[in-house]
Amino acid sequence: MARTSLPARERSLLPTDAPLSLLTKTGEPVVDPELVMPDDDVLLELHRRMVVGRRFDTQATALTRQGRLAVYPSSRGQEACEVGSVLALREQDWLFPTYRDSVALVTRGVPAVETLTLLQGGWHNGYDPHEHRVAPQCTPLATNTLHAVGLAHAAKLKGEDTVALVLVGDGATSEGDTHEALNFAAVWQAPVVFLVQNNGYAISVPMSKQNVAPSLAHKGVGYGVPSVLVDGNDPAALYAVVRDAVRVAAEGGGPTLIEAITYRVEAHTNADDATRYRDADEVAAWLDRDPVDRIEAYLTARGLLDDARRATVAAEAEAYAASVREVMNADVEVDPAELFEHVYAEPTRQLREQAALLAEELA
Amino acid sequence: MSTLSMSGALNMALADALEADERVLVFGEDVGPLGGVFRITDGLAARFGDRRVFDTPLAESGIVGTAIGMAMNGMRPVVEMQFDAFAYPAFEQITSHLAKMRNRTRGKVEVPVVIRIPYGGGIGGVEHHCDSSEAYYTHTSGLRVVTPGTPQDGYDLLRDAIDSPDPVIFLEPKRRYWSKGEVVADQRRTGFDRALIRRPGEDVTLIAYGPMVATALETAEAAKEEGWDVEVVDLRSLSPFDDETVCGSVRRTGRAVVVHEAAGFGGYGAEVVARVTERCFHHLHAPVLRVTGFDIPYPPPKLEEHFLPGVDRILDTIGRLQWDDEVRGA
Repeated sequence: MARTSLPARERSLLPTDAPLSLLTKTGEPVVDPELVMPDDDVLLELHRRMVVGRRFDTQATALTRQGRLAVYPSSRGQEACEVGSVLALREQDWLFPTYRDSVALVTRGVPAVETLTLLQGGWHNGYDPHEHRVAPQCTPLATNTLHAVGLAHAAKLKGEDTVALVLVGDGATSEGDTHEALNFAAVWQAPVVFLVQNNGYAISVPMSKQNVAPSLAHKGVGYGVPSVLVDGNDPAALYAVVRDAVRVAAEGGGPTLIEAITYRVEAHTNADDATRYRDADEVAAWLDRDPVDRIEAYLTARGLLDDARRATVAAEAEAYAASVREVMNADVEVDPAELFEHVYAEPTRQLREQAALLAEELA
Repeated sequence: MSTLSMSGALNMALADALEADERVLVFGEDVGPLGGVFRITDGLAARFGDRRVFDTPLAESGIVGTAIGMAMNGMRPVVEMQFDAFAYPAFEQITSHLAKMRNRTRGKVEVPVVIRIPYGGGIGGVEHHCDSSEAYYTHTSGLRVVTPGTPQDGYDLLRDAIDSPDPVIFLEPKRRYWSKGEVVADQRRTGFDRALIRRPGEDVTLIAYGPMVATALETAEAAKEEGWDVEVVDLRSLSPFDDETVCGSVRRTGRAVVVHEAAGFGGYGAEVVARVTERCFHHLHAPVLRVTGFDIPYPPPKLEEHFLPGVDRILDTIGRLQWDDEVRGA
């Protein structure tokens, strides 16, 4: 992989005033001395995974209406972050996602049915974190930042070449754990990358009530963590800055804080009513900055994406959605006896008694 | 065998665990060159190096949260919270993540973290340095909660805790740090989650743990003058609870008193009383009583003697166990 940034930029604590970008909202390339455009094969892969990821997201939202999922927090509009960050990771790296990052999980290769187990209600987590190097989706805010720092520091102590990428939202930057994690990561020079997806709202609370610093990226400065502000709807730029931060971390350069400016097109979840706190004009303006349209426009203008490939990718997305429907429409059977199995390595005497009681009730 | 204080036994347990398993890490506030404010980690940083025994930034949620991440990556962290009340900033990490990670992931992710917490009063400590916080942790499924009452158990239980695949809240009775006793290393005779009968007796069972074990034994001696033969059970493991040993004792004696420093209302003793009553009802000659701290914030040093359960208060409580109603041998 070619280097994606220039050395001069690497360890500056302060983010740039304007978000870094490589593509304008209409898909024209931007010449930015700070960043290098990813290779064509990477851009095509970004496009393919974003189209598939968006279709997954739409399908998951539909599954809530059919009662197959208890709830689904959509990441529609945030595909550049969800996909760009994951593709920038290497196989040996770890991802620490939140509840809104299901698209990141499927992009990482976690099967859809395992990704959606939490939201389907069969169990609190459906996949083996060690198999995919993906931590359980975190529902409490910002607590995963510390887990990522700990895992990364342990990797460093063991001499492993592993970087941890932790995803949080704008609201989570107000939680104390974010600040403790930035400080621990800096003091330990842990190989960790913090990606804040600033999608404008913490459920209903806008950025103006969350923060008055010049940017969320500025919060890294006080901890000595180099910080980057990036256009979160620009998949090329997102991939480039995360890839660069991962490389720096792997080379012993310590943590990076990245704030990606993006937008949550859907409500917080299907149970939320976004019209109560934002108006349609604002949403329309952001739809005009769509990350999928942007990379499509660029690749089309470059002659890399023609109608045939576009149709192939669309067909793949539809086939994937059909497979998601199929697995999620199957009824889930969870053995109630399992409730007692994983609380401790071996069930305690008390839990064995309670398991027997439940078994008797069910007999 | 050697004579050690509880703090010395804890130090030896940490050293032996660090020696036995290179995945063991010891970290927290002031645990490095200083050796901890109670000197429990004395000499460990010098002996094992600052990659295995190290000071962290002063943030308890950070310490526990990063310990969880390290455990996910194969380490066995042993972290120190400097005092009971200073562990509260870590509460979310402990209850929502440490305790639940195995269950959430259906057993796929183990987090064998030990959190050492000096707890309880009796040392003239100022505000926020004397809490008995055990009930917060015992109420949380997925945690083991243990507390030693003797130097030998300081060693044994800490080694067991570090070896355990489950997360363990290890509560150290700080007023007993300097109490001495015989300690044998590497000879753990009692199961990790078993209670112990510290002193056999026939008339009444005193159920105690941590700092109150010594007080209960002292009470048992004093009770001889009153004609009561007191059995003392040291719980050791607060969660899981050893119903077998405790109820076996109460069925023999027919009377029981639970003693702890923590406030009584909603306290750990209420669970013990309920379990004993549910299981031993037909063997009881009197209601199971409690001697606990009052339902007040921990008092200032000059008043703590009135708060802490002592021999006299425990003897008075034993005296209220309806002895007059009993027809001996009937």
